[in-house]
Amino acid sequence: MGFQIVKPNTDYDFVGKRRIAYLISVSLILLGLISLAVKGGPRLGIDFAGGVIIQVKFQEEVELSRLTAVMGETELPGLVVQRFGDRSDYEFLLRTSAENMTPSEVREITDNKLTEHFSQDFFIIQRLEMVGPRVGADLRESALHALFFAVLFIAIYISGRFEKKWFVAAFMAAGLAGGVYLLKLISIPLAFLIFAAMIITLVLCWYLRLNFALGAVVALIHDVLITVGIFSLLNKEFDLTIIAALLTILGYSLNDTIIVFDRIRENLRGRISSSLSRTINISINQTLGRTIVTSGTTLLVVLSLLFLGGGIIHDFAFALTVGIIVGTYSSIYVASPILLNFRPVIEEEEEEEPAPARKKRRPAYQNR
Amino acid sequence: MKGNLRWKIPIILLVLIISLLYFLPSFSGVKDSPLSKIMPDRQVNLGLDLQGGIHLVLGVEVDRALERSLSQMGQDIRDEARLSDILVLRPRVENSRLVFTLLQKEQQPELDQLLSRTFTTMRVVSRQSQEDGRITYTLDFVQEFKDNLKDMTLEQAVKTIRNRIDQFGVAEPDIRRQQEDRIQVQLPGLDDPQRAIAIIGQTAHLEFKLVDEDADIDRAVQGVIPPGSRLYHQEITLPDGSTISEPIVLRAETAMTGEYITNAHTAFDQYGQPYVAISFDSRGSRIFERVTGENIRKRLAIVLDGNVYSTPVIQERISGGRASITGRFTVDEAHDLAVVLRAGSLPAPVFVMEERTVGPSLGQESIERGVRSALIGGALVIIFMIFYYGFAGVVANTVLAFNILLIMAGLAGFGATLTLPGIAGIILTIGIAVDANVLIFERIREELRRGLSPRAAIEEGYNRATLTILDANVTTIIAAVILYQFGTGPIRGFAVTLTLGVLASMFTAIFVSRVIFDIWISRRKPGMVLSI
Repeated sequence: MGFQIVKPNTDYDFVGKRRIAYLISVSLILLGLISLAVKGGPRLGIDFAGGVIIQVKFQEEVELSRLTAVMGETELPGLVVQRFGDRSDYEFLLRTSAENMTPSEVREITDNKLTEHFSQDFFIIQRLEMVGPRVGADLRESALHALFFAVLFIAIYISGRFEKKWFVAAFMAAGLAGGVYLLKLISIPLAFLIFAAMIITLVLCWYLRLNFALGAVVALIHDVLITVGIFSLLNKEFDLTIIAALLTILGYSLNDTIIVFDRIRENLRGRISSSLSRTINISINQTLGRTIVTSGTTLLVVLSLLFLGGGIIHDFAFALTVGIIVGTYSSIYVASPILLNFRPVIEEEEEEEPAPARKKRRPAYQNR
Repeated sequence: MKGNLRWKIPIILLVLIISLLYFLPSFSGVKDSPLSKIMPDRQVNLGLDLQGGIHLVLGVEVDRALERSLSQMGQDIRDEARLSDILVLRPRVENSRLVFTLLQKEQQPELDQLLSRTFTTMRVVSRQSQEDGRITYTLDFVQEFKDNLKDMTLEQAVKTIRNRIDQFGVAEPDIRRQQEDRIQVQLPGLDDPQRAIAIIGQTAHLEFKLVDEDADIDRAVQGVIPPGSRLYHQEITLPDGSTISEPIVLRAETAMTGEYITNAHTAFDQYGQPYVAISFDSRGSRIFERVTGENIRKRLAIVLDGNVYSTPVIQERISGGRASITGRFTVDEAHDLAVVLRAGSLPAPVFVMEERTVGPSLGQESIERGVRSALIGGALVIIFMIFYYGFAGVVANTVLAFNILLIMAGLAGFGATLTLPGIAGIILTIGIAVDANVLIFERIREELRRGLSPRAAIEEGYNRATLTILDANVTTIIAAVILYQFGTGPIRGFAVTLTLGVLASMFTAIFVSRVIFDIWISRRKPGMVLSI
């Protein structure tokens, strides 16, 4: 047998450390939320806020301060100049709100101003993106819709999938759809609607005793909140690709969680230990090798994208990197220990058994 | 087990050959070779972010087209009423409604009859009796006609834009209507985006108007304009090269529009100055002949999109349907104006709602960077897998290569578009695809540790891990489908490659890798240890 990162009989006490993990998670989330609150919400890229960005590449190094000064002469409204990609790329991103201006005008102003200070062949305008206010509003809405439907479908899938209760899942979907419909009637903003949908999902999971689903949803919200928070802390912009990254993180984190949960269910069925916390711990340890190898290979490729993929894909790769790390952490330290607090019911699995002459229908799990 | 392999191996070979057939034409070297005759004529389309180009979303101001039609309708009503000796005064458009005054209220029944008989697309919104015996009419189009007009306007705009782009010469443009009043234009691989946008976006509403020679310019600038006239501006180039905007008063009534233009091309005068020569169809020729014949020694202004280009003096009646637009053009400008006039004017002004322009150099750079990070990321994964799983790692790497081949073949086969996020999706797939094998291998290791024989361990590992893999991948596909539904171009590329990658991994990582192990087992000599 080949090389092994995790030795076969590893028995690391993950569940025992869960309070420390909760503390770390909660403080990370709070930090992000505070940052969001202080900055008045996430920093939106032009996809959502509207405006113009121009990507300029120079032949040689140009000081950022000089370019800022040069472009400042144009008096383009809300102009921001920043370096783009690696320093050795000599690339810069100019962003302006450019109200009442056509993109062609902005391009011309930029072109003229740069020609005035640098020679014609010294720079090249590589990219121009302009998003008008109406398109920006539309994109904002479709991004929020995407997040909303992702939460909805994933909630339905996992409640059906983990608990084999498709009827209850359908009931939950109906409850969620109904709740959201009621909220829509009083026309609250879509962002709050998504938040409300998450809360409704959590409450329904808890009320219907869909404990695995509850753990998975908590982990999802955890991962997305931390990623968004880190973006806010680092002052990075949200655009369409970041939404794509967030949805991918949702999928990835759930993927991880499902694999650990599957093992927990298998071990519960196999009566591997009479203590639930012990069962969970064994399951996490058994899947630890896979978790680390997969996260590791995925991180390898995402990091190569982060460092080699260039400026355009950089933030997307960064979001994925954060998401994969947080997603891996959460399926070990968040999703599984949550099961402890809301003991899972696995009735149907017990019925599958050849019904031994046992008095207790349900094993008495000891909560440590 | 051997019997199983007898049908499994041909399936795999078949899939391999088909995917090669779809993927290989995307390489230019293969495309030109004789092989291409037997291959499907499809390639992996590159998105605008990879090959460079323009993505535009144009908003069409349909209300302006509506107003223009109302104004035209006002003229028609006045003319028609005059034939029946009904005097209709001052038809004008106010708040997107047609307003005019009937001089004598006794004629109301006659006018109403005329309106309901001849102008069926109009409805009277209100009639207001004035103290002096006049009646002010407010009319609007019926809703059905309005919707129809909007629809026609958009259709016409799409057609005109397509005409212009065809004349300008862009390979594989994509022009389509979007929701509401939007038109999406995608032009791959252009060097001068600004010029293309100028050509697409110009309304090119050409009008000939007579100059109001009696008007007092100074008073007109202050706002005192004679009735029936309007103030315009003309760009005049001074000898030193600078331009000034000179006010000029023109008759409001349009003598003729550019709708009769059959051809327009660039020509040069005796000083080598370019101008645009235009020709009219027979109807246009007759109108032009009449207008010029009735207004000899007067100036006729050529107005394009509200800007006065030139005001030549009519020397004589012009028959034959030819005219020229002079002005201070560069050769390119004259050429572009000719293109625009030939292709016809837009039925309503358009404005840019969204523009994304990527230069060809950046597109090339993005491809190189994307490919490089995929190669390096992939190489790291491949090395790791061999190091960590030995023979099994080689199997995983083989099916990984197969997986990527399937993605590319799928992209070509479905005619999907590869974008930069799409490349990222493939890179991410490399990570996700090995996950399926990692799950299986880890399980096999566990079973081996429990003392199972390699054959039994492989059997157990695949059986137990398969369901988990299917389940776990469903969530990624849910996310990808939602992304596809709500995302825009580049993001959709990501959703497509991610979905293809996950689907392909179910086939390669579960089915194909299993077959390879089965082959290994069938040839295995007793006592050989499974390298995993």
